[in-house]
Amino acid sequence: MIKFFLMVNKQGQTRLSKYYEHVDINKRTLLETEVIKSCLSRSNEQCSFIEYKDFKLIYRQYAALFIVVGVNDTENEMAIYEFIHNFVEVLDEYFSRVVIMNYRNVEMTPESIILLFFYLRLMGTKYN
Amino acid sequence: MNGFGNKKCEYLYLMSFHIQRMPAPIRLRELIRTIRTARTQAEEREMIQKECAAIRSSFREEDNTYRCRNVAKLLYMHMLGYPAHFGQLECLKLIASQKFTDKRIGYLGAMLLLDERQDVHLLMTNCIKNDLNHSTQFVQGLALCTLGCMGSSEMCRDLAGEVEKLLKTSNSYLRKKAALCAVHVIRKVPELMEMFLPATKNLLNEKNHGVLHTSVVLLTEMCERSPDMLAHFRKLVPQLVRILKNLIMSGYSPEHDVSGISDPFLQVRILRLLRILGRNDDDSSEAMNDILAQVATNTETSKNVGNAILYETVLTIMDIKSESGLRVLAINILGRFLLNNDKNIRYVALTSLLKTVQTDHNAVQRHRSTIVDCLKDLDVSIKRRAMELSFALVNGNNIRGMMKELLYFLDSCEPEFKADFCLNFLITTVIIANTCFHCYVFLGVTAGSYVRDDAVPNLIQLITNSVEMHAYTVQRLYKAILGDYSQQPLVQVAAWCIGEYGDLLVSGQCEEEEPIQVTEDEVLDILESVLISNMSTSVTRGYALTAIMKLSTRFTCTVNRIKKVVSIYGSSIDVELQQRAVEYNALFKKYDHMRSALLERMPVMEKVTTNGPTEIVQTNGETEPAPLETKPPPSGPQPTSQANDLLDLLGGNDITPVIPTAPTSKPASAGGELLDLLGDINLTGAPATAPTPAPVPQISQPSFLLDGLSSQPLFNDIASGIPSITAYSKNGLKIEFTFERSNTNPSVTVITIQASNSTELDMTDFVFQAAVPKTFQLQLLSPSSSIVPAFNTGTITQVIKVLNPQKQQLRMRIKLTYNHKGSAMQDLAEVNNFPPQSWQ
Repeated sequence: MIKFFLMVNKQGQTRLSKYYEHVDINKRTLLETEVIKSCLSRSNEQCSFIEYKDFKLIYRQYAALFIVVGVNDTENEMAIYEFIHNFVEVLDEYFSRVVIMNYRNVEMTPESIILLFFYLRLMGTKYN
Repeated sequence: MNGFGNKKCEYLYLMSFHIQRMPAPIRLRELIRTIRTARTQAEEREMIQKECAAIRSSFREEDNTYRCRNVAKLLYMHMLGYPAHFGQLECLKLIASQKFTDKRIGYLGAMLLLDERQDVHLLMTNCIKNDLNHSTQFVQGLALCTLGCMGSSEMCRDLAGEVEKLLKTSNSYLRKKAALCAVHVIRKVPELMEMFLPATKNLLNEKNHGVLHTSVVLLTEMCERSPDMLAHFRKLVPQLVRILKNLIMSGYSPEHDVSGISDPFLQVRILRLLRILGRNDDDSSEAMNDILAQVATNTETSKNVGNAILYETVLTIMDIKSESGLRVLAINILGRFLLNNDKNIRYVALTSLLKTVQTDHNAVQRHRSTIVDCLKDLDVSIKRRAMELSFALVNGNNIRGMMKELLYFLDSCEPEFKADFCLNFLITTVIIANTCFHCYVFLGVTAGSYVRDDAVPNLIQLITNSVEMHAYTVQRLYKAILGDYSQQPLVQVAAWCIGEYGDLLVSGQCEEEEPIQVTEDEVLDILESVLISNMSTSVTRGYALTAIMKLSTRFTCTVNRIKKVVSIYGSSIDVELQQRAVEYNALFKKYDHMRSALLERMPVMEKVTTNGPTEIVQTNGETEPAPLETKPPPSGPQPTSQANDLLDLLGGNDITPVIPTAPTSKPASAGGELLDLLGDINLTGAPATAPTPAPVPQISQPSFLLDGLSSQPLFNDIASGIPSITAYSKNGLKIEFTFERSNTNPSVTVITIQASNSTELDMTDFVFQAAVPKTFQLQLLSPSSSIVPAFNTGTITQVIKVLNPQKQQLRMRIKLTYNHKGSAMQDLAEVNNFPPQSWQ
């Protein structure tokens, strides 16, 4: 079951976050900083699955952006890994401003933010 | 001039009017851009606060046109981590609006900002209800989405009927959303599950992948929650198999293609559902065998997608009752994963292998070399798993090779691993036992300071019990601390061993290795330097001092030196050391005749509560009931410092005077034993297990324990005339007690139990435990075996010694655990029928 979905840049700023379980707002920022810290400290040769508290983190790096998904034990890590990539491809297709290979920011139009949330909702629940 | 001035005035007038009116709130895009320009956290916070204020005043004005925009901004700020609770009511207002754009933001806001804890959310129920019946499917979709995201149990109960209706609609867009919403409803209100049952009938007939996917999720949820549903849905297995087959066999379909595989997400979902359905059910498992084999062989493994599917397949194969060929196939797939360059795949493979190593041990053994290679990987998670797996795979045959690799790994691994490593190592080698003692000592040398606290007593016990290895051990340990005594656990163990077996060291009796030439003085030098060294902790010094003392009986020429050392420490600042030294001094002066007996070689230790070695104790367990103890065995009855409620039997672990006897365990399924023992290992580090402080309180021992010092026979011969009793007789198991009283000590009763089995099957792993009221003390010796043979062909005998100083009526509660006819049995009973001669 997916617990949360984050897009965080290398400086640690959250670009997008979606929690599928209630987490207090101050705990969220804490969680995000810790998560990004553990992702940033990994090198290229290390695998993309990290154990963090009682979650498993699956992350993928796209240029300066990290997409991190937190799941519980029952999930197939590699399927989630694919899911992340699928998500980015969809973003790429739908919002032409997003260029995967070399981009700095995720530019969000207001419509796109909203649609993004809905998409995440749907995709996320599929994995719940 | 005048005209121009007039125009100017007019213009200024208009301008001022313009400024007084509130500017339109900025759009979300602008806000994002502005926030992006902030360079510090403080700057960002300032911008956000300003914008929040603007939004708040805008809300107060009840501005309908811009509400949508404001809430959108608020949501963005909420996502960044700033509080946004004041927007909750606004969301409701938006939901109630008729415009789609308003509704959209309103529902989104509701999903993000509202949850069950806010009372406000209940106000939404009516809106959602109306929207669920809306004419536009997108509005219905929004409502379903929101309900499925944050609906509370009351809301779900109210609206479940609507959801169920939508689940049966033919509109696939709505159907898939309704399915997900149903999942949420079921989670919140499990009783409503039956309501959705009829709607599920046709769910799998859909062609639309979206609906299929969400339907499978719904079915999975229902099966996981209710075994009845599970049984009901088993009939869907053929249909699922068919769908999966179509997915694999179908050609390229642009809609569902991901790197050449058609809808892998759906495939994974179906495989997972098949796993749940096939668990513990032969028929379903059989129906799935073919398709699983097909998926396993046909899926392309060049990309991650294929591997994800294979991984799921392997998990499914392992979980259902698949035939052995399939299982071997699965393990081979995992083996192939291990060779893959991609570290993700290796990680996943190691995790799965760890899960399967107990059941398919041999198959996993074949991949041992690859697993051992993974120990050298750069990634921490992979290394950890490889280490655990390696320990699980160690058995009598491969232990030497494995240990070499593992020890090499120990040198290079991170510190946080080392403690776990050592623990694992301890347990593994112990199980595989004596033959690997070399490795074990080797470990002690290399792992040094990383050994955990309870490892020292464990190690000491192990050493004591491996009688033939004493010479070798003491020699290795001596060499180990020769140069360097900074690693405390190592020094402690070494000091203890030297104290015990110093005579072997000096006489150069080692067979395993080239014996070294050591004189008594050199040994004492080492021990003294440990005492003096700044690096030694107080505990270590204690060990060293006691060791020196023990050597006074083992060494011949240096007794005077020892006396001198001991007397010096009589004025040590360290209280513990001082006490010991003073008492040892007293031993030299006043009790010299007792010294040799007191400081005799430690007997083989009986079972310690921390589940240490089992094989080893077994071989030596039957020895001496008589000289009770020269020193009390470390796990023996301590003078009543532990307050225990003796009538409360808790597996024998909390009750110090009761020593549960060692169950025999087999080395074969090393993995399973490992896990069991690991679970038990965290026990009482308590005084019960520390061997060293034992010699000190000699003088104040209760007379019970010093009985052994006198060489008289302790007990009457059997013909004392106390009638025996049947303490327990149930389910074919009968336990008889026979009694003896001690000559020298009238408070001691010795009970011999005999357990016999009249059923037609043996009772294995038989463990007898007993507890007595507080005023008594109890000691259990090792049983003769742990199997009670069937048909009364043999018995297990065990001796219990009871000290009853207050001559109270003897009562005992016993606990029996054993395996019979394939199931574990356990029973508690109270024994009250002790004959008066046994305790008066």
